[in-house]
Order: sequence, then structure tokens, then C-alpha cells
Amino acid sequence: MNEQRRTLMQLTALVGLMASSGLMTTAEAAAWNEAAFKAKTIDDVVKVFGASGMPERSDAVNLRAPDIAENGAVVPVGVETTLNATQMAILVEKNPSALAAMFELSEGAAPFASTRVKMGQTSDIYALVKADGKWFMASKEVKVTLGGCGG
Amino acid sequence: MASPMRIRATEKDGEVDVKVLMRHIMETGQRKGGDGKPIPAWYIETVDAQVGGITVFLAQLGPAVSKDPFLHFKLNKGVNKGDELTITWKDNKGESRTDTTEIK
Repeated sequence: MNEQRRTLMQLTALVGLMASSGLMTTAEAAAWNEAAFKAKTIDDVVKVFGASGMPERSDAVNLRAPDIAENGAVVPVGVETTLNATQMAILVEKNPSALAAMFELSEGAAPFASTRVKMGQTSDIYALVKADGKWFMASKEVKVTLGGCGG
Repeated sequence: MASPMRIRATEKDGEVDVKVLMRHIMETGQRKGGDGKPIPAWYIETVDAQVGGITVFLAQLGPAVSKDPFLHFKLNKGVNKGDELTITWKDNKGESRTDTTEIK
């Protein structure tokens, strides 16, 4: 009796574990990556992305951003790469949370994305690209005349 | 009710150029209101672009993206003139907005 119950409990635990791990993969695909967006520094974001150490700088990653942004509330930033990218991200080093936006490219999307971000102060902007399971990056300093995160 | 997006999708030489302008406050949660209390964060978290029910491009945004977010991306495979492109955004309060446009 007791032994039967134990086997049953083990079985239930196993099934539960399988279900939860299965659920996690489906949820992961569409869900907002809270851990990455809450991370303060670039190092922390990179860790959440699962990269081992800082990504390698690559000439194949092209980061488009102005040298000087007069208005920190609207800074146009674009990422483009010749690599076979599956994910791309834009990070602003000195913002309260470094990660500004990330893009998932499925079959059919060209490795290009552009948006506008807020910058509190002059800072380096980083473009991260994941291609063939590895992360690569490019960075550029953008000088901000008027911050975009204050009250 | 959220305002409609402005979407432009144009095909040229087999590549579809997509530009999206969403209307959203994108409040960071860092600012303080007149009463000195912080204004709670309110921002779009995900933007999902689909053609024929399949996601072709997915963006995750943080509060650092500018107010009234602009997004520009390109599709280069399996997408043709006349296809319908459906874009859905969801924000951190659970509100969402879906708009569809024809690729021209």
C-alpha cells in the first residue's frame, strides 16, 4: 500500500515536471523576457542571454546611431548584420536598465531592425546579435545634449 | 481603447519594408508626478508581426523605447505583394491592439 502510493507520487511529480518544462518552452517564445529587461548593466543582460562572457566584437554587426542626439527622448537606433542572425538587441549602457529592445527574427525576416530609444545621458549604445548560437556585438558612443528620462 | 497603428509595408525587389508607428505613452516608471509620487511604468512589451498566421518578426520592448514607438524591419522570404500583415502589440497592463495592412 505504502509502496504503491510512493510510486504514484513519484509518477505524478515526474509528469508535473515534464508538463511544466514543456510549458516553459512554449511560453518562452512569446513572453516578454522580464529578467533581461530588469537587468541593470550590460554584463547582467548578457548573462540572462546565456552568453559566456562579453560577446565578441564583429565588423559584421552594423550599429546605426547618431553621434550627437539633441533630444535624448527620441534617439534613432538601428541594427543590421550580414550574419545569420536569430536574435538582435539594443542596449544603452547608462540607462537605469540597459536593455532597450530585442528582436526575434524567424524565417522570413531580414537581419535588420530599427527603432527609437530614450537616453538619460551621454552613453555607449550596444548592438548585440545572436547568430549560429553565438553572440556578437558592436558599440558606439552617442552624446546627449538633453536627457530623455528625467521629469 | 488604444489608438490604431500606422503601418506601411511595401515590397520592392523581393524584400518587404515594414514601418510601424504605435501610439503609446511608454511611461518609464522613473518619473515623478506633480505630487512627488512616481508615475507607474506603462509600456508596450511585445510587438508580434504575422503573415498568414505565422510570426515573422517579434520585438520585445522595454520602457526605454521612445513614446509612440517606431519600428522598422524587413521581410525577405516567403512574403509577397498582396499578403496581409497583421501586427499586434501588448503592454504591461494587458492592453493590446491589432491592426492589419496589405503589403503593397
